[in-house]
Amino acid sequence: MKNSLAEPRMNPPETSHVPTPATLASTDDATKQTMIEVEKLDFFYGASKALHDISINIAAKQVTAFIGPSGCGKSTLLRCFNRMNDLVDIARIGDGQIRIHGVDIHHPDVDVIALRRQVGMVFQKSNPFPKSIYENVTYGLLIQGINDRKKLDEVVEKSLRGAALWDEVKDRLHTSGLGLSGGQQQRLCIARAIAVEPSIILMDEPCSALDPIATSKVEELIQQLKGKYTIVIVTHNMQQAGRCSDQTAFFYLGKLIEFAKTEKIFTNPAQKQTEDYITGRFG
Amino acid sequence: MHAPANPFTVQKSSSRTVERVAFGIFRSATYFILVCASCVFGLILFKGGQTVFQTSFPFVNVPFLTQAPETLYVFEHDGKKMQMGDKEFRAYKEKLGGVEIAAESYVYSSGGIFPCIVGTVLLVVGSMAIALFIGISSAIYLNEYSNQGRFVHFIRLAILNLAGVPSIVFGLFGLGLFVLFMPMMQNFDNPAAPSIPVGFGHFLNFSGWGVSLLSGWFTLAFMALPVVITASEESLKAVPMGFREGSLALGATKWQSIRTNVLPYALPGMLTSSILGIARVAGETAPIMFTAAYVVRDKMPWDVDHALDTLFQGVMALPYHIYVVSSKIPQNEYTERVQYGAAFVFLVIVMGIALTSIFLRIKMRNRYRW
Repeated sequence: MKNSLAEPRMNPPETSHVPTPATLASTDDATKQTMIEVEKLDFFYGASKALHDISINIAAKQVTAFIGPSGCGKSTLLRCFNRMNDLVDIARIGDGQIRIHGVDIHHPDVDVIALRRQVGMVFQKSNPFPKSIYENVTYGLLIQGINDRKKLDEVVEKSLRGAALWDEVKDRLHTSGLGLSGGQQQRLCIARAIAVEPSIILMDEPCSALDPIATSKVEELIQQLKGKYTIVIVTHNMQQAGRCSDQTAFFYLGKLIEFAKTEKIFTNPAQKQTEDYITGRFG
Repeated sequence: MHAPANPFTVQKSSSRTVERVAFGIFRSATYFILVCASCVFGLILFKGGQTVFQTSFPFVNVPFLTQAPETLYVFEHDGKKMQMGDKEFRAYKEKLGGVEIAAESYVYSSGGIFPCIVGTVLLVVGSMAIALFIGISSAIYLNEYSNQGRFVHFIRLAILNLAGVPSIVFGLFGLGLFVLFMPMMQNFDNPAAPSIPVGFGHFLNFSGWGVSLLSGWFTLAFMALPVVITASEESLKAVPMGFREGSLALGATKWQSIRTNVLPYALPGMLTSSILGIARVAGETAPIMFTAAYVVRDKMPWDVDHALDTLFQGVMALPYHIYVVSSKIPQNEYTERVQYGAAFVFLVIVMGIALTSIFLRIKMRNRYRW
């Protein structure tokens, strides 16, 4: 689905968006390649509008953090990127477009299955399948019909090493994934996601259920992964956004308030609301 | 020194009395159920046990479980009071040189209930298969695929209504649809029924499946459907959303996700509740009395010319047999044996099905736990 589906009205990313303050900020670093482009996106749950006119360009191989108070739409936007919102009957995209690799992901020619293989996701609540660690990691490959044992063994080791979990579980690959600790489970979910070699990994508050030590391990892992994958992480924890992201987007009431380099957001935010939120005056 | 007065002394108050009375009522209502259940079970176990078990080896009354029902003759001869089954009685008369002996006769009171056991087992197994297939399929559709719109709401309403339909109505529905109307592929044009020629000398005759296993299976299955669908939907709902999302996010199709990450974990619950529901339906007499059950039938279900004919024959069934022997023949010391015996065996069968489902649940729950 890389190029063959390129939209006729797709423009080079630099000129494709209206220069709102938010999107302008993201082009600070114009040399970075854009991976996800969101253009004037409106999103509805039934009659209520959850996202208002969002435009944001997410750079490849960087960590982008979405912050904001609960219900501000950051998770909703994240779940638009791999079309998980398709599962919600009343969810509906209004105007606007999301392009990944330059392709409109809601175009009828786009196969949502292929999209999700490219755009992996790690959920808030770690959700390893009640299967063995090995089966968890190979699941994404098995459903693609890959069942060459040697290849699977390779992928399992590579993915578990990639998720910094290999040394802890290599002796019990065939025991249940549910026997792992919370942090290990979450890293198993990351291993499962990278096993299908996506280009993007979405993380929806991956550490919200983890203790500080497990959290720091996952954060470390995010740093290691960022050279290879484009990572978008939703977090409630502002220190976390500060620690592990390159760019930060602040959402409030379904609107993108500010999007800039993380240092800038945390040291010198352009918007008053951002500053209030970061300094803990609300949210 | 005086100890300080106890501030928590028990004080008489009307609210205490009311509470005591209220809980007394609740408790006795609960115990009442226990008493009723014990009476029913106790009577059947005591009286039925006398038929089914015996004091000498092999301790189980094998003829009762392996023979067909016979007419019981009670007579006095040579100054002795005697009871004999049909065949035995005839042989006895033959031996005496063909004399006529006046005797009281009680139908079905001798012999056993073997054909009824076989028929019941066949009915239960077949209807269970049909109900599970249709029920689980539609539960998956309703819970996993459909948009929760007005149409689905309407379907759910229909299912709920189906659960409230009296069993006799199901029986008559089965009679009208399956026994009298469903099409049969035959090699002649049935003049008495509408038929569609399908070529090669064959006709689809809408003459019904007759009183047959097939009609009974479908009637019972339809009756069990509401329970099966509801139970299956509950089991599907109990599977965490995270399993579905996790696999979909890895690029699984919806069906892959359901097959590998939802059904295996929902199946134990589905089977257990469904089988319990079917066990209850299997005990119904009304749905099968018009569709599948014969009062008496000499041939066993496997005495057929073609294997397929098995489906298109009626069977004897325990619930109906119990109904017949308890309402169509007099109640006395000679008939009690088969009445309570049949009820006892039937209880054991239904209990066996229920136990199977519980066993299945324990077994499968241990395999899949999250």
